[in-house]
Amino acid sequence: MATIGIPANQAPVSAPKLNYLNNGHTLKSWLLTTDHKRIAILYLISVTFFFFIGGFFAMLIRLELLTPQGDLMQADTYNKVFTMHGMIMVFFFLIPVVPAVLGNFLVPLMIGAKDLAFPRINLLSWYLYIVGGVLMSHVMLTGGVDTGWTFYTPFSTDYTNTKIVEAGLAVFIAGFSSIFTGLNFIVTIHRMRAPGLTWDRLPLFIWANYATSLIMILGTPVVAITIVLVAVERLFHLGIFDPRLGGDPLLFQHLFWFYSHPAVYIMILPSMGVVSELIACSARKRIFGYKFVALSSVAIAVFGFLVWAHHMFVAGISLYAAMIFSFLSFSVGVPSAVKVFNWTATLYKGSISYATPMLYAFGFIGLFTMGGLTGLMLATIGIDVHVTDTYFVVAHFHYVMVGGVLMGYLGGLHFWWPKMTGRMYPEAWAKLSALLVFVGFNLTFFPQFILGYLGMPRRYWQYPPEFQTLNVMSTAGASILAAGYLLPMIYFVWSLRYGKIVTEPNPWAAAGLEWKTSSPPPTFNFDETPVVTWEAYNYDEIPAWERRHPGAK
Amino acid sequence: MRFQPGNGGIPVQNSEAVTVEHEAHNPALLHHFADAQQQKNAASLGMWLFLVTEIMFFGGMFCAYLVYRLNHFNAFAAGSQQLSILLGATNTAVLIISSVTVVLAVKAAEAGKRKVLVGYLVVTVLLGMTFLVIKGFEYREKFEKHLVPGPTFQFTDTFDDNGKQIPVNPKETELFFSLYFAMTGMHALHMIIGCGLFSVLAILAWKGHYTPGYYTPVENAGLYWHLVDIIWIYLFPLLYLISRHS
Repeated sequence: MATIGIPANQAPVSAPKLNYLNNGHTLKSWLLTTDHKRIAILYLISVTFFFFIGGFFAMLIRLELLTPQGDLMQADTYNKVFTMHGMIMVFFFLIPVVPAVLGNFLVPLMIGAKDLAFPRINLLSWYLYIVGGVLMSHVMLTGGVDTGWTFYTPFSTDYTNTKIVEAGLAVFIAGFSSIFTGLNFIVTIHRMRAPGLTWDRLPLFIWANYATSLIMILGTPVVAITIVLVAVERLFHLGIFDPRLGGDPLLFQHLFWFYSHPAVYIMILPSMGVVSELIACSARKRIFGYKFVALSSVAIAVFGFLVWAHHMFVAGISLYAAMIFSFLSFSVGVPSAVKVFNWTATLYKGSISYATPMLYAFGFIGLFTMGGLTGLMLATIGIDVHVTDTYFVVAHFHYVMVGGVLMGYLGGLHFWWPKMTGRMYPEAWAKLSALLVFVGFNLTFFPQFILGYLGMPRRYWQYPPEFQTLNVMSTAGASILAAGYLLPMIYFVWSLRYGKIVTEPNPWAAAGLEWKTSSPPPTFNFDETPVVTWEAYNYDEIPAWERRHPGAK
Repeated sequence: MRFQPGNGGIPVQNSEAVTVEHEAHNPALLHHFADAQQQKNAASLGMWLFLVTEIMFFGGMFCAYLVYRLNHFNAFAAGSQQLSILLGATNTAVLIISSVTVVLAVKAAEAGKRKVLVGYLVVTVLLGMTFLVIKGFEYREKFEKHLVPGPTFQFTDTFDDNGKQIPVNPKETELFFSLYFAMTGMHALHMIIGCGLFSVLAILAWKGHYTPGYYTPVENAGLYWHLVDIIWIYLFPLLYLISRHS
């Protein structure tokens, strides 16, 4: 099989081939589509919209924290601003972003299927996301919520007079969007793989999305019922979490984090899958330790369910429980480290290209490692008691959830942009944006580690003057970061019209099945269902990009 | 495997690629599946996964119930005394019978007996409604005895069946009833959805939508019904029975 699957020359380039983008131009053909690729584009637009809304709140937070005293806003407004930032970013951006955009687009393509197993449920899940998003926007415009994104009781059930029930309903509905996506992915990966595509030939992005989907369907219903109980308690004054009525606020925290900790892995796992793809292609090598990387995704999903109480070390759980959860939290470090080491080993002696996707992948490895190692610090009970609810925690989870997830997402978006649109993004601008994001991110969040360690608590709108220098650095970094995120948005839109048209379907000479059909793909993905006879990442059988483009640098 | 022509107006890519090589046309086969078996397997797996999410959904409440029952055992035992075993047991029987009729409905669909299928589906809906009506009577009784949590809640009856006084904090019994209403209410909501689902199935079955080659919706709705039954099979002893052995 020396000539495996680069049907570049057979692809008709000149004649405008019917693809998923030009197959129907009406609004209806988009809003009622069941094509997973079009739904991915719908998600791409809506998720980007919510990213910039959430980013707007982030800028308000950073502006307020520029000075020690409250001058842009006071406590009440500030509480609402960071709550809306958290709720929108977590539930309407980070959780759906990679699975719903890249996953939706790529899962069927990568496994040689014509669509997801349940195309209509896929569309339904986008509509649920939109209904939840509209409801959350309504909450946002009519007063917001001030509990923090965690809905902690009894504040949320008894004291605050903001729109808890509406916000809870929005999260509940968006949660079902997530459940349906996960269910769809699992069934698709089990039942729709092309002939010959065995489990140990699956791309690691598929493994990562499979593990993510497991968490989605096992975890999300629990937070759904928890939010229902909060809403019921608030509406009907039942005493489910109210200590005056015999209830236990700790139970709420247990149930909430039972989902919301694994939710972090819903965010990061798909990005890890993206990074595996990017590294294998950019280093032109089969991923080192393929099986370990694949199974480490599943291991993270499983261990992820056993660590939730590390959010509660100071909440009053027993010391023995805390010790066990501390130990289990450390154990998540093992599969995570397996991934990082194996990526590094893949790069060793690879012929690495430094195109934008790879820059983002490098950024991911760096930022995720920082986030992961500080996570181990936080899993240590002694340190955690010291830094609970400080900026140390804020910096830690931003390194994982923003640094990690967004680096993977943007890297993937650049990598598959020619697949999705048939056009290239402008490479120089893209490299600039990767640089801006990396520098801006570190400048924003690294000072927060120090702030937290020095004792600056999170969720306060003012702080002692001696913290100002570091806060100014953080705000300055946030401005650079904002430019780094706006830039891709601008040049991606620009490239839709002016970007270089991809003359062959596989500009990266990448190995995945998704590259063996035209770019952009036809509505049913493949003219012939592919038959897979090779292992994943068979880069040793594919000529390197440089060899096929002798003139290009 | 070529794409099938005439699949809901979606054009096929290569006009010359359409050959009429697919097996006997099955109108229920969606275009993205290779064959009916694959479609059925996918739908079935999807349903089982959905049931998993349902179990996790109810699992949150079961977890809360068990924690609070451990913390406030006497209050929960006293609250449990207030529930009617007769009505609860009747409802359990109704649901178990309805599960049997669901199985018979699936069997009828498999055999292609349309009228029998419709009959069992209708009987299932009726049994589901019977359950809901009995549940409604139970709820009414709780309203009358001021056992609904909230400002009107009163709990004075702190004697067990043998006339022994139980030391109980009424607030904690209110918690029992909070969970009672939350859990049985959520279960009843699922029963209502189930009744709606089976009504639609009955209409479609009457119109002849289901054949021995395609009755996946009947089978999957049946799985849903069984799960809702099983949840009740756990709710009944937890809420009504296990505190009564004193």
